[in-house]
Amino acid sequence: MDVALTLNGRRVKRPVEPETLLVEFIRERVGLTGTHIGCDTSQCGACTILVNGQSVKSCTMLAVEAEGAMVTTIEGLAKGNVLHPMQQAFHEEHGLQCGFCTPGMVLSAVDLVQHNPAPSEGEIRHWLEGNICRCTGYTNIVRAVRAGAAAMQRASTGGGND
Amino acid sequence: MTDDGIGAHLLRKEDKRFLTGRGNYVHDITRPNQLYAVFARSPYAHADLLAVDISGAAEAPGVVGVFTGEDLKTDGIGGLPCGWGVNNKDGSPMKEPPHPALAIGKLRHVGDPIAMVVAETLKEARDAAELVTYDVTQLPAVTGVADAVKPGAPRLFDDVPGNLCTDWECGDKAKTDAAFATAYHIAKLDLVNNRLVGNPMEPRAALGEYDPSTGDYTLHTTSQFPHVVRLLMGLFVLNVPQHKIRVVAPDVGGGFGVKQFHYAEEALVTWAAGRLAQPVKWVSDRGEGFLSDAHARDHVTHAELALDRDGKFLGLRVSTLANMGAYLSTFGPNIPTNLYGLLLAGVYTTPAIHCAVKCIFTNTLPVDAYRGAGRPEATFVLERIVDVAAREMGIDRVEIRRRNFIPADAFPYQTPVMMAYDSGDHGATLKKALDIADWAGFAERRREAAARGKLRGIGLVTYIEACGLAPSRIAGQLGARAGLYESANIRVHPTGDITVFTGSHSHGQGHETAFAQIVSSLLGVSTEKIEIVHGDTAKIPFGLGTYGSRSASVGGSAIAKAVGKVIDKGKKIAAHMLEAAEHDIEFAAGTFKVAGTDRTKSFADVVLAAYIPHDYPLETLEPGMEENAFYDPVNFTFPGGCHVAEVEIDPETGITQLLAYTAVDDVGTVINPMIVEGQIHGGVAQGVGQALLENCVYDPQSGQLLTGSFMDYCMPRADDLPNIVVATEVTTCRTNPLGVKGCGEVGTIGSPATVINAVVDALAGYGVTHVDMPASPEKIWRIIRAAAPHAAAE
Repeated sequence: MDVALTLNGRRVKRPVEPETLLVEFIRERVGLTGTHIGCDTSQCGACTILVNGQSVKSCTMLAVEAEGAMVTTIEGLAKGNVLHPMQQAFHEEHGLQCGFCTPGMVLSAVDLVQHNPAPSEGEIRHWLEGNICRCTGYTNIVRAVRAGAAAMQRASTGGGND
Repeated sequence: MTDDGIGAHLLRKEDKRFLTGRGNYVHDITRPNQLYAVFARSPYAHADLLAVDISGAAEAPGVVGVFTGEDLKTDGIGGLPCGWGVNNKDGSPMKEPPHPALAIGKLRHVGDPIAMVVAETLKEARDAAELVTYDVTQLPAVTGVADAVKPGAPRLFDDVPGNLCTDWECGDKAKTDAAFATAYHIAKLDLVNNRLVGNPMEPRAALGEYDPSTGDYTLHTTSQFPHVVRLLMGLFVLNVPQHKIRVVAPDVGGGFGVKQFHYAEEALVTWAAGRLAQPVKWVSDRGEGFLSDAHARDHVTHAELALDRDGKFLGLRVSTLANMGAYLSTFGPNIPTNLYGLLLAGVYTTPAIHCAVKCIFTNTLPVDAYRGAGRPEATFVLERIVDVAAREMGIDRVEIRRRNFIPADAFPYQTPVMMAYDSGDHGATLKKALDIADWAGFAERRREAAARGKLRGIGLVTYIEACGLAPSRIAGQLGARAGLYESANIRVHPTGDITVFTGSHSHGQGHETAFAQIVSSLLGVSTEKIEIVHGDTAKIPFGLGTYGSRSASVGGSAIAKAVGKVIDKGKKIAAHMLEAAEHDIEFAAGTFKVAGTDRTKSFADVVLAAYIPHDYPLETLEPGMEENAFYDPVNFTFPGGCHVAEVEIDPETGITQLLAYTAVDDVGTVINPMIVEGQIHGGVAQGVGQALLENCVYDPQSGQLLTGSFMDYCMPRADDLPNIVVATEVTTCRTNPLGVKGCGEVGTIGSPATVINAVVDALAGYGVTHVDMPASPEKIWRIIRAAAPHAAAE
């Protein structure tokens, strides 16, 4: 069977098996490898993407469930060469080291800010419970999410240049 | 001059590819015509392997090959080598049983690989691996060291009595016994250092390729040291010459030691790619990682500290059983011996130390280095028993440490256990940490918490560790079977842009930024014009890789040495251009200058002349500008510092909350304060994980791994940790050209003991003197209930 969806603004259609996971569809059928697989129990959050604007662990969703959906992966977040404010904040706050958890961490943070434009430290820590990072000890990730949230706010209230 | 050199808070050059999904991890690489390997692994902890039947798997759809240990034997494939030979105390060699890449005759741990199935798709390989069957006779298993040394314990190898790999010691036993004989007080402590699984977020993966027309093999692997993998795999396992193997470790998603061993899977996909003349890829999933990555720690220890009337340490004796697992991993026996016993002096003037370590085989995964590797275990023993002694003698925990510090003016300082510390100021790091953590204000915070019914505790650790592994000569004496230098190559292009090739591997440490800062400072060239290349044996002359916090001190020093050669050559060229004597040429801030004059040539001008040598001393000097250096350190480096943790325990639930963590570390010269801080944050989180959350558990009867996923093995998450406060206090290292000491492991080395010291402090009112890690809610709840049964009834 085929699954068709909008991936980072582009229509894609690929043949899948019924049991093909959405993360497999993205990585193997389409070939976008920025979405990572860090576990097999839906614990680590490395594969987090946005499906219709909501963060989803793409290892917990079948490709067929995403038929017709709007999917954003880490590759679709920047506008050309201009990083999304959350990506920029992770860069400026040193919120990443090895980079493996980073795509999921950034997309999860984007979804948090969509729900809660000015999250507190405690709210950020609670929200990111489903994304495991082994490198940073989370201190700089929390800083990055706060800075990214503020930057997203500025951008949405017309403070940005784009 | 540039402002992005050593000391600058420079944002990382490598970030953009990771932030935009353009990282290049092994799992992301796919080749045309690629096959997939899946391993059939032992479900038994211990069994005789009588026969393996691969017929069902071989006939399954899509299967291209199924291979067993017998196939490897037929093909002359060797076992996995151990890189360290740690002798018994009588000088005889350790027991070093063979470590076959695929099991032959016996299964010794759950996860021991039995067969490799290669198929056209991953799904087909997985399905076929289920069809591999085998006849076994199950044998009794032993997973814990205390059980494995008992008479009559199951024996893993017929020729290894008592499962004893090596019976090692360090220090002076007679002198230590004499010190104990004069002691006013002897503190005693029995403890367990809990078994861990490193769990870098990227699971291991390997992709083997072979070109039949040239006989060239290429391996992409998740490794911290691609050159060492090439050496061990080519020389000991595959019998393929070095020049016919290329090993690439591209972007690697965290290592922490787990990826610094040569693993069976990477050799086997390379071998299979040759057999089948098609690329063969293996990617571990997390469950397989728990069953195939080397594990860590796992000590059982008895320690005694002798003190005089004033609380001065007279002697320390430590006896440890260390788990090696079922086979020796690459560094296995080095970790609980050289990297443990030789660190037991800590920051103190203890004059007599004796440490006896027995390394024991058990039916568990091999145990090897994990961030800190031996030094967290040493720090845990020493800093716990110092606290125990302080409480027993009624001496303040800070005061007893101050009384025993090696004074700042006593460096270089020779310890009784081989190490010669070059520098440090432990009083300074202590003071700064106590100030930042507001140690003085703790009593009030404890009162406030008590009013809320909570038990608040504070703990500290003053520690030292050995990094920058190591002088090759010393390492050789300690049993290393390789050198421990590092290489660097500096290629200055005709335009003055620079490519640096380093044998250190970056898998999160930010070398592409920090190493560029080193070169920037030394040459006066902006980091924007400097590119760092690592992780590819086809590009880099040689490398011993990244572990033991050695990248800056050894890899960085190799870069500095190569840069020195560039400058020396530049001086010769500049002397010719400026018609001056070479010894009159000075170099600073990117400019060659005739001393005492205003006659100068820029670095770029000199480089251009080297590549367009129209007016150039060709009779005495080669054109071009590329220099190579190998740097072998003259000593270990000794980062140290003081950590303070503050916890609150809810006596109703046993839940320990880490409220504050302060790390003040002396890591020597700070190349990039942002990166150093990040390294310490991450290190602390891993140590806190060991102290409060993480525990690798085997069922003692069946030998089954009970913590085989992130559902059972508790990884630290964002809401388990507070913001970690980091500060540095610098004494420069006196034994390398950059003055750096290393920052990768300090967080992990200091933090387990710091957190447990705080937990014990919180529980001191219950008469608790020690809590083994992890201090889980259940464990604490039971301790509280056992100590105060009446409280439960209220």
